[in-house]
Amino acid sequence: MRIKWVECAALSVMAALSVMTGGGSWFLALALGVTLLKCLLIPTYHSTDFEVHRNWLAITHSLPISQWYYEATSEWTLDYPPFFAWFEYALSHVAKYFDQEMLNVHNLNYSSSRTLLFQRFSVIFTDALFVYAVHECCKCVDGKKACKELTEKPKFILSVLLLWNFGLLIVDHIHFQYNGFLFGLMLLSIARLFQKRHMEGAFLFAVLLHFKHIYLYVAPAYGIYLLRSYCFTANKPDGSIRWNSFSFVRLISLGLTVFLVSALSLGPFLALNQLPQVFSRLFPFKRGLCHAYWAPNFWAVYNALDKVLSVIGLNDKWFGSAVPTHSPSLGDSLGHPHLHPDCHIGPRGFLRCLILCALSSFMFGWHVHEKAILLAILPMSLLSVGKAGDASIFLILSTTGHYSLFPLLFTAPELPIKILLMLLFTIYSISSLKTLFRKEKPLFNWMETFYLLGLGPLEVFCEFVFPFTSWKLKYPFIPLLLTSVYCAVGITYAWFKLYVSVFTDPPVGKTKKQ
Amino acid sequence: MEKWYLMTAVVLLGLTVRWTVSLNSYSGAGKPPMFGDYEAQRHWQEITFNLPIKQWYFNSSDNNLQYWGLDYPPLTAYHSLLCAYVAQFINPDWIALHSSRGYESQAHKLFMRATVLIADLLIYIPAVVLHCCCLKEISTKKKIANALCILLYPGLILIDYGHFQIMYNSVSLGLALWGVLGVSCDWDLLGSLAFCLAVNYKQMELYHSLPFFCFLLGKCFKKGLKGKGFVLFVKLAGTVVASFTLCWLPFFTERAQALQVLRRLFPVDRGLFEDKVANIWCSVSVFLKIKDILPHHVQIIVSFCLTLLSLLPACVKLTLQPSPKGFRFTLVSCALSFFLFSFQVHEKSILLVSLPVCLVLSEIPFMSTWFLLVSTFSMLPLLLKDDLLMPSVVTTMAFFIACATSFSIFEKTSEEELRLKSFSVSVRKHLPRFTFLPRIIQHLFIISVITMVLLTLMTVTLDPPQKLPDLFSVLVSSVSCLNFLFFLVYFNIIVMWDSKDGRNQKKIH
Repeated sequence: MRIKWVECAALSVMAALSVMTGGGSWFLALALGVTLLKCLLIPTYHSTDFEVHRNWLAITHSLPISQWYYEATSEWTLDYPPFFAWFEYALSHVAKYFDQEMLNVHNLNYSSSRTLLFQRFSVIFTDALFVYAVHECCKCVDGKKACKELTEKPKFILSVLLLWNFGLLIVDHIHFQYNGFLFGLMLLSIARLFQKRHMEGAFLFAVLLHFKHIYLYVAPAYGIYLLRSYCFTANKPDGSIRWNSFSFVRLISLGLTVFLVSALSLGPFLALNQLPQVFSRLFPFKRGLCHAYWAPNFWAVYNALDKVLSVIGLNDKWFGSAVPTHSPSLGDSLGHPHLHPDCHIGPRGFLRCLILCALSSFMFGWHVHEKAILLAILPMSLLSVGKAGDASIFLILSTTGHYSLFPLLFTAPELPIKILLMLLFTIYSISSLKTLFRKEKPLFNWMETFYLLGLGPLEVFCEFVFPFTSWKLKYPFIPLLLTSVYCAVGITYAWFKLYVSVFTDPPVGKTKKQ
Repeated sequence: MEKWYLMTAVVLLGLTVRWTVSLNSYSGAGKPPMFGDYEAQRHWQEITFNLPIKQWYFNSSDNNLQYWGLDYPPLTAYHSLLCAYVAQFINPDWIALHSSRGYESQAHKLFMRATVLIADLLIYIPAVVLHCCCLKEISTKKKIANALCILLYPGLILIDYGHFQIMYNSVSLGLALWGVLGVSCDWDLLGSLAFCLAVNYKQMELYHSLPFFCFLLGKCFKKGLKGKGFVLFVKLAGTVVASFTLCWLPFFTERAQALQVLRRLFPVDRGLFEDKVANIWCSVSVFLKIKDILPHHVQIIVSFCLTLLSLLPACVKLTLQPSPKGFRFTLVSCALSFFLFSFQVHEKSILLVSLPVCLVLSEIPFMSTWFLLVSTFSMLPLLLKDDLLMPSVVTTMAFFIACATSFSIFEKTSEEELRLKSFSVSVRKHLPRFTFLPRIIQHLFIISVITMVLLTLMTVTLDPPQKLPDLFSVLVSSVSCLNFLFFLVYFNIIVMWDSKDGRNQKKIH
């Protein structure tokens, strides 16, 4: 088998890095270890998202900018903001050394082995930003529980929870997406806010919005926090706002940053008078309330109830069709919790509200994809190593959230992988957090324990028992329905507990300095 | 044990790596008409399920021995039969007599891979975990790191789960490991039972038989030949005879049966070696065509004598001073002697040496890691033939990172840590300035690694010259052979000069 120099170069870089770990840096070892695992996942099943990104490589490489948001040869049209299009454009210049044919717009569903190799390697390579962001986040976790034992340090646990996150591994490296570096940008902006480098944090978030607009869900948290903690430069001794310390300069500089980033992104399209087309691609409200696979949110439960009732015969029509007319506003209004000024003191409060925004939007949002649960799980990891209460919420959220991703991988060869990796992450996260907080009260009560254990039999039923029963032909949607509803219960419960914790925890300004 | 969750995580990670290696895409159809080891295992299921026992090892119209005839001992056949029953339940087409030849499908591939994973999970992995938990004088974290490194050893993963391969090396090696654990912890009968089962699974386990015999004999001598020792000896002999009888029972009914099986197991008419393997005969034959010079029976005698000579010192030492540590090191040196000098050695037999080296990983991490890297490298031509470049490189790097981080191997290169202190002290009695041994070893390590990396790069990027189509395989096997000779000397030194450390041990099992 003859390979090209590009592959040699990639492997040599990794080899050099692996030699460096001989020095004993555990972080580098964890990062390299998971990278090598990602390389082993290269030949696994990939979804249509693979073709989506190949198509975007082709569009951005072969066509002029004026056509990017109009091109519709393939059904997978460009529906991410312009920065992502520029990212694909940059990638396409590397792609041409692997296989020129993938850059042809008319080569629909082209997936030669070199195309696969390139695409997979691009995801693995861009994850470097995520690794850097995790490194920065670890600096923000205080190691006040001084442990000599490496595996019990919060930094170590957080690194494993983020770098080896099950959801990210299977969504990015099997299903195929580029979430790694996007979450890297988000975590980096959060880290910068923790480090009081507010301008950088704002800048990074603005850039992120123009890569993938789904992060608009958490924009209010950023907006309110920056307003509260950056524009108001001082607090009263009890922690509440000192209204006369408002700094217009800072407000203007924030606004300018956001404006400049947006100008860089949307400017060319404004000049071409294509903004309406771009927005119609980015926000396709014509799609239904629920995605093909029901994200385990409120609407899934709603739909399930409706379906059950209609099967029983109590309803004639499918209520889901009546909802779209006023749902966007409903989703938005339910999505944003009441933003109490005091609950934003300190970066930790901000993080809590960010997660709450993400989770609420997941619960009630429009056309939510189940992958969006990662938007809540990953930031929650940062909180989980801080307090026992947060650890408990995180574990329920992440276990049910990750389980809800199972229907994404429905092929038989990937079944052992998803089960093994899920067990690995779940067992490790629960045990390590329990060990970290062993001096406080137990993380789960009996109800929660039962619920989490119930995931096992549910999986056995959906994957191993159901396919051999007679119901498979009549009601093929049952495993999906059961998974969605069961997980929706857990996620709703976690959302509720988090909501309560935001309002009942003492304001951080009174307890200690950040 | 505390931190059980970390050990569970390590096991799950090992399983995940194994399964993902096995996923490597099936490149179109296989390679008819002979296919590969994969087809061999499927064929054995077909034979054992459809034919009566008496016909398994005999040539007949239903069982053409030229087409992957059964050439492993009866336990492999029973295992194939067990798998065949499961296959029959799922899809009888997979093992239908004659018509299933060359059967390939996604579902069948998954089934075969699953059988290997389950066998691994039931036999090999628990043995590794138990071995690591029983290690003395090291912290829990180091035990778990040890388990991680052993489970990530690339050689076994790539051979058992490789592209065209379905091998059950993990079963025989796992059983041998249970045997080692048993006799090290003084459960001699169970240990010897496990080892007999291992030998009855794959006859190559005989490479390990001499150390087992010497260690147990040494124990008997220690307990006194007139009293407990004799009782132990009788019990052990009884266990061995009983286990062999049990496995071979169906074949003892006729003399011809047993002889035929033996003929299939030990094909002495095949010659000194086949293909390019990293042992002495293949390397020497580059310069001197031994196969042509010496007649057949002389070849057998020469190889037998050389093997015996190279392993005799260590075995004698083990009989006189039995200790679990000495036992493990003797396993390494004996298996290595067999590999280098014996008859009809296959590249995969290096796994028989790698297993004992994994067991001493915690004692001499630097040299063990080096050896295990070389052992994986020595199988490079075989792995490339199976399209396993990416998994090989990835697993090797993962293994190296795991070892480097867990044991800080580059800091453990002093004389003391290389177990060469007694040897150096003895040499210094004659040569007072002999202090540079660790430095030599470090330099050799760097040279060895650079050579291996360069050869790997050359093999995958360049085409060999027309006149020497086997150039790269020959280079790989010769370089590996040189490395192995060095290790043979090193491990023998450790065994022979370990006497002073041996006496200072608090307990001798």
